[in-house]
Amino acid sequence: MGAALNREMLVNAALALLLLAAPLIAFALDEPFYVALASRVAILALAGVGLNLALGIGGMVSFGHAAFFGLGGYVAGIAALHAFEGSAFLVWPFEIGGSEHMLVICLVAMAVSAAVALAIGAISLRTTGVYFIMITLAFAQMIYYFAISLPTYGGEDGLSIYLRSGLPGIEADDPLTFFLVCYTLLLASLFCMHRLVDSRFGAALQCARMNPERLATLGIAPYPVKLTAFTLSAMVTGLAGALFAELNGFVSPSMLSWHLSGEIIIFVILGGVGRLFGPVAGAALFILLESFIGGWTDRWQLVLGLILLSVVLFARGGVVGLLAGRARHD
Amino acid sequence: MSAAFLIEQLLNGVQLGVMLFLMAAGLTLVFGVMGLINLAHGSLFMVGAFFCAWIAGETGSFWLGLGGGFLAAAAAGALVEILVIRRLYDRDHLDQVLATFALILIFSELMRWVFGDRPLYLDIPEALSGAVPLPGGGGYPAYRLAIIGVGLATAAGLYLLIAKTRLGMQIRAGESDREMIGALGVDIRTLYTAVFALGAALAGLAGGLVGALQSVQVGMGEPVLILAFVVIIIGGIGSIKGALLGAVLVGVTDTLGRVFLPQLFGLFLPASEASSVGSALSAMAIYLLMAAVLAFRPRGLFPVDA
Amino acid sequence: MTDALLKLEGLHKSFGALKATDGVDLTVMPGEIHALIGPNGAGKSTLIAQVAGSLKPDAGRVMLLGENVTTWPVARRARLGLGRTFQVSSLANGFSVLRNVMLALQARKTGAFGSWAGFWASVRRDEGLRAEALGVLDRVRLTLRAEDPVGALSHGERRLLEVGLALALSPRLLLLDEPMAGLGPEGTKELTAFLATLKHEAGMLLVEHDMDAVFALADRISVLVYGQIIATGTVEEIRASAAVREAYLGDHLHEKAGGA
Repeated sequence: MGAALNREMLVNAALALLLLAAPLIAFALDEPFYVALASRVAILALAGVGLNLALGIGGMVSFGHAAFFGLGGYVAGIAALHAFEGSAFLVWPFEIGGSEHMLVICLVAMAVSAAVALAIGAISLRTTGVYFIMITLAFAQMIYYFAISLPTYGGEDGLSIYLRSGLPGIEADDPLTFFLVCYTLLLASLFCMHRLVDSRFGAALQCARMNPERLATLGIAPYPVKLTAFTLSAMVTGLAGALFAELNGFVSPSMLSWHLSGEIIIFVILGGVGRLFGPVAGAALFILLESFIGGWTDRWQLVLGLILLSVVLFARGGVVGLLAGRARHD
Repeated sequence: MSAAFLIEQLLNGVQLGVMLFLMAAGLTLVFGVMGLINLAHGSLFMVGAFFCAWIAGETGSFWLGLGGGFLAAAAAGALVEILVIRRLYDRDHLDQVLATFALILIFSELMRWVFGDRPLYLDIPEALSGAVPLPGGGGYPAYRLAIIGVGLATAAGLYLLIAKTRLGMQIRAGESDREMIGALGVDIRTLYTAVFALGAALAGLAGGLVGALQSVQVGMGEPVLILAFVVIIIGGIGSIKGALLGAVLVGVTDTLGRVFLPQLFGLFLPASEASSVGSALSAMAIYLLMAAVLAFRPRGLFPVDA
Repeated sequence: MTDALLKLEGLHKSFGALKATDGVDLTVMPGEIHALIGPNGAGKSTLIAQVAGSLKPDAGRVMLLGENVTTWPVARRARLGLGRTFQVSSLANGFSVLRNVMLALQARKTGAFGSWAGFWASVRRDEGLRAEALGVLDRVRLTLRAEDPVGALSHGERRLLEVGLALALSPRLLLLDEPMAGLGPEGTKELTAFLATLKHEAGMLLVEHDMDAVFALADRISVLVYGQIIATGTVEEIRASAAVREAYLGDHLHEKAGGA
């Protein structure tokens, strides 16, 4: 059992180092495109880390996490728009304007995601199984349709961000610096996730996944535990969405689409569901495949579909499972 | 706003509802009998639409096209069931969701490969291209009325199939106790393939019918799939009766919502705001309806306890 | 008159036309083992579920430790002092034996969250909790299995773990659902002896088919037939009752009484 622990820690360390090394090397070779690509990997991994808490640890198959990703993105976009125009988002009951501060945007993105997740979760978590999957999907769609029907914020065309928001003392416009911001946030959230899973809350959440009847019989109601986990998970994914919008300088309604929800689930599964660095491995693998295969053929989606199908049918442990063996039972 | 307009919109709502029923019936049947959630159902709708449009284009006959689309979808369904779906019955729902999501990607690319990126067009058959007079004046497209007819006939046919035939009996038995019917000597594998193909055929039929109302293109099945999910959540997963009621509710709510909500808001908001608030709310209307139903009945209107 | 630990008053539960629980009155007093017996189909599972909280009765009241818990969910009743074991073992299969017990102790002490530390501090390295959990495992003699995954336990060991988990809650009332089911004669003897030692700690409502265990343990026995309690009394009274014999035991008891 000690051996299994060390193997997984080694794999995790290797992944963390690779993700840091790649853009540094690219920067040294003056290839900013690959630095941006690394940022993309870090951000999508972060989105997956959020989902992994709900799905991998909590056993809640949310097919609507794109809602939080997109909401985070729209927070960034709307903040930038109002800051740029000097206009206000809300005038009554109190004035809320735009913002150019990345910290503010990130916190608001997380707060908005949390609020929406509480509402969606409160209703959805009263159901289980297939119902839960479809209901989270449906609510995400609702938000999608709402977003594209609002002309003020771009409607179907989306919203451009003309000025990336800034952090005090940091040149966030520079690709490598932005990568380091994303990377730091990714590592920080992984650390928090690690502590969370190992905590009393984490134990209760895992039992809620394994055997909710047992958890209740011990005196802990599963519903509040799951709702809290769902909300925390949404906050992390929402943060990723804000960063994604900043990276691209653009918020597209496709950030809210259920295809994206599916893709985030794919990263998590490809990397190893429930494993700490699973989303990192999964996002990296996904982006690499997309870049290479997408470069050869237009039929990238077909290849992705076949790979996904094979993984589901034949290789459920994902990348981390392949490299580090089965998870410790403890 | 006249009575004729209201009737026209109501009929549009029913027509949308009936088309959703064709989709939802297959989805709910597959879940009820096999316990499988199938995201690729929308792809079968798309397959039906493409083959209908293509065959109609090649032969000049809408009816041949419709039949062809129906059969093509059934065949595609049977093939997919044998190759992929039957490995998923014992898996958990996450696996089923991912595998069928993968099938969506595969189907979409295959259709794009075979038929290209440009949409296909399907013409309404001559016989149904006119309008039927409505009480209160004006006319309603005969084609849409025919769709309503087909939908209701299908609902009746499904009822007869399930209540009165041997296959139907096996389906009902399968819904209550999957393990038992195997033990009783029913050929499960063929039954499952048949049920899946039936669901696919219904989806293909819906696709062919809708193909004449909008262009046929890759991805057309996805919005419909989500609506079908909302329908079966409202109706109760596994219940055909629920699918019918849910479908009509969703169809009418969506159609009337889009038409009347902006007007409703126009009563006390300036026109431009009324239009955007109204259309935003109407886009969300059916999901709000779903949330409202779930608040009182977390398992839908006619839950099937399996 | 001491307060009853558990009081069922006029419980009714129907499923369609089937009356699974048809006016049940029952009490469990502190320090007593009250056995519930009855033929298959009598409605024992339904009754247990109503006591545990997973099923709401159509009519009647469930009084637990003086509180009306009829509408309370399972978790709330557990926190009040109800420990329960399942007929088909229901354990956290992904955890080790020790982790299962630690979860039970954690539930009693701090619930899922506790303070902010509940989200951050490692539970695996909580030495105090581990030690206490090992103490519980000692009582049910599973110490050697502490680090093993639940899946590796034998049937009998799983039973013991279930009892251990229930005890970890420091319950006032234990609800035991056929704990002897599937145990061989050795296992049954051991578990019977163990349960006998728990009497002063917690009252018990023991649902059982194994008559040897019932007669060895029970202070009182209630007989459930077609959703109704047809008799309640001491072991001797039940054995002697013609009505019970007729409805349920047939000649089995008669032989026992004669041959013992």
